[in-house]
Amino acid sequence: MEFIKPNTNFDFVGKRKIAYGVSISLILISILSLVFHGGPKYGIDFVGGTIIQVKFPNSVVTENIKSGLADIGLMNITIQTFGDPRDNEYLIRTDKPVQTNDTFSQQVKNSIQKATGTEPDIRRIEMVGPQVGKDLQEKALFAIYYSMLFIAIYISGRFDFRWMACAIIAAALMGSVYLLSLWHISMAILTPLAFIITLVLFWILNLKYAMGAIVALIHDVIITVGCFSLLGKEFSLPIIAAVLSIMGYSLNDTIIVYDRIRENLHKHPKNTLAVTINRSVNETLSRTILTSGLTLLAVISLFIFGGGIIHDFALAMLVGIVVGTYSSIYVASPILLAWQNAGKKK
Amino acid sequence: MKNISWKLAASVLVVLVAVIYTIPTFMHGVWPYKKINLGLDLQGGMHLILEVEVNKAVESSLERVAQDLRMTLRKDQIPATGLEQMQGGKITVRVEGKDQIDKFDKVLNDSFKDIRVLSRNVENDVLTISLDLPDKEADRIRKMAVEQALETIRNRIDQFGVSEPDIRQEGDRRLLIQLPGVKDSQRAKDLIGKTALLEFKLVDENHDVNAALKGVVPPGSEVLYEVREDSQTRRTSKTPYLLIKRPVLTGSYLTDAKVQIDSQYNEPYVAIKFDKKGAQIFEKITEENVKKRLAIVLDNKVYSAPVIQEKISGGEARITGRFTPEEARDLAIVLRAGALPAPVKVLEERTVGPSLGTDSIHKGLLAGLIGSGLIILFMFFYYRGSGLIADVALLFNIVMIFGGLAAFQATLTMPGIAGIILTIGMAVDANVLIFERIREELRVGKTLRAAVDAGFHMATWTILDANITTLIAGLVLFQFGTGPVKGFAVTLSLGVVSSVFTALVLTRVIFDFFIVQRKIKRLSIG
Repeated sequence: MEFIKPNTNFDFVGKRKIAYGVSISLILISILSLVFHGGPKYGIDFVGGTIIQVKFPNSVVTENIKSGLADIGLMNITIQTFGDPRDNEYLIRTDKPVQTNDTFSQQVKNSIQKATGTEPDIRRIEMVGPQVGKDLQEKALFAIYYSMLFIAIYISGRFDFRWMACAIIAAALMGSVYLLSLWHISMAILTPLAFIITLVLFWILNLKYAMGAIVALIHDVIITVGCFSLLGKEFSLPIIAAVLSIMGYSLNDTIIVYDRIRENLHKHPKNTLAVTINRSVNETLSRTILTSGLTLLAVISLFIFGGGIIHDFALAMLVGIVVGTYSSIYVASPILLAWQNAGKKK
Repeated sequence: MKNISWKLAASVLVVLVAVIYTIPTFMHGVWPYKKINLGLDLQGGMHLILEVEVNKAVESSLERVAQDLRMTLRKDQIPATGLEQMQGGKITVRVEGKDQIDKFDKVLNDSFKDIRVLSRNVENDVLTISLDLPDKEADRIRKMAVEQALETIRNRIDQFGVSEPDIRQEGDRRLLIQLPGVKDSQRAKDLIGKTALLEFKLVDENHDVNAALKGVVPPGSEVLYEVREDSQTRRTSKTPYLLIKRPVLTGSYLTDAKVQIDSQYNEPYVAIKFDKKGAQIFEKITEENVKKRLAIVLDNKVYSAPVIQEKISGGEARITGRFTPEEARDLAIVLRAGALPAPVKVLEERTVGPSLGTDSIHKGLLAGLIGSGLIILFMFFYYRGSGLIADVALLFNIVMIFGGLAAFQATLTMPGIAGIILTIGMAVDANVLIFERIREELRVGKTLRAAVDAGFHMATWTILDANITTLIAGLVLFQFGTGPVKGFAVTLSLGVVSSVFTALVLTRVIFDFFIVQRKIKRLSIG
């Protein structure tokens, strides 16, 4: 069986202007949504707060839960259904970390039971203090930053054969991030700053493959984050994990195309870069679509059957895989071309 | 042929080891390897991050110094003021008169050499001096406090009876506590978080408690309350006591604490026993204070304040307070394990009920089965015979991930299950790469053997490159992640390594078997 016949030759490179338009508008929408919502919507992992997950044997009125919890001093709570509505399962969230030193879960149980007339099953309580939330936020940004950095170093080493240049970049970046962190500049500012420095360094040192890969990565991450912001979904620790694996995954695709580009540059040195890129993307298209399709299959089954806890995680992966596949075809490779063209104009 | 044989040997060995490690998880008691650890989110339990309030430990050390200093000054008849109040982590003392200042300096230099003088100021024969602990000493106390807290909490949890608790220090002053399978999380938390500082304090009978309540607390005394809840009416009553601040005896002299039942009221109480020195002190105090009241104070709450009827020797006492049997049992545990050197604060708490964990396992399994089932079917229809080989490799891949989890004693969490499902998708990627290459080579007109060789050869570096980057993300995640997320990093990394192995070694062995041994002429690759 074959989906993509051999010798297919879609003109991907010729349509790159349209792709740029699509990408830029997606990124703009993402950024606008983030600005409009005042940054990403952080879950309690990052800002502190309390989550209580309760399950009832039969349906209840959520207003009653609210009034019941107000009796024990829990104000400003939001209640949302969790998973399948028929499960009568709810997620109760407050922004304040409740010091649950007394008989807290018993109190919650009693007050909800009194207000709704049904005995709830307290399935999960999570409390994160504000300080811990801040620490986790920092850790998450560090994780994203360092994995991008290491990945970039690996790629420029493998594709541009410039291990020394990469080592210098790595040392310079780690040193400057360390110095800046000594001044207690928050990671939220530090991370984008470091990215800009990284890209500028790549540009100066002429590491085009690394640059292309990182631009594609940033593209994927911004759009995934923007999509979450548009849908009003929360950022929690597992979502960060999903974003990191999206990075690994999207790179997977990019690398396979790059590998082919390099191979074809050796095989057919006379072809223009545009032709080579287009040929490489077409040659790997069958594999790209198959793999992405199969991974999507796994993620969709996780999304549908995996239950509420993993739902958002699967959603992030879903978006990431789609965007990542698109970006390795339409973003990562055309950037090499844009690079060359920019070089000519000099 | 030589090439095949090491690959065959490696494949057989790895798969065998993986199976050996995996079996105990699904069949108990086959051999004594351990099961795969389930994370708290899958088996239910409690995750706590506590902060030891180490500065309180420094403060109480300083407070003890202040009390010692006051006693010494009183003995030497040097009038000094300010020793009752500590402000901003330092003691400020005022001494009047030239002679007295000289005497005070002598005491300070002889008996309190280790105390740091923050500021010293003499004006009109009035000495004002601020004292605190040197930084090194304060740091030592802080470090000790965290270590001791860890040890004490570990003791308490061991006695409470939690199977396989995980208690670790995190950072400078934080403790990470994981209690799998704990059902009564509230009770566990009370047990862990209680400072359990047991003190015996004499009631100040020379002053009026009512006056003290109005704000005139005599120096060296304090007001503490006894709180009682009537189980019938559910009303709480608070009784104030005026106590001499300096404890005459503390829980550090305890050797044992046991729950016993009072035969008269049929109520549980905690019987405590002092060591030899504690018993001597207790005997002396009771002898000197007959007909006076001695309050038993735990964490600044008065439990009872009985009148001493006669000298008590033997070093035994009882703590009563209308306990439920559980309360009494837990109190005995905390007293036996000793007091925390400083109070602890809960910074993060995650409790998952066992029902949710079971649900998560079922849903994760369902999603995994459906996802991998679809992929296996697809691979077969798309690549036919070769697809079947990839499917076999995929199954071994899953076995290897489980084997790896068991072998490294890693923890399987819900995001971890997601990681496995994800690697199922990614594992076939390597095979897809190889198969597409083989197809390409066949199309060019190469022989079967040459096409397979070239397919594997050309795909090897691509597969390595693609997977190493994912592995980088996985390892970074492992470094920064906590709890469930760490579980994801583990399965993702294991999955990446095992899928590279199955694609490049195991699948190759099967291909070579068919081509070299069976000498097939036509490859079924869709």
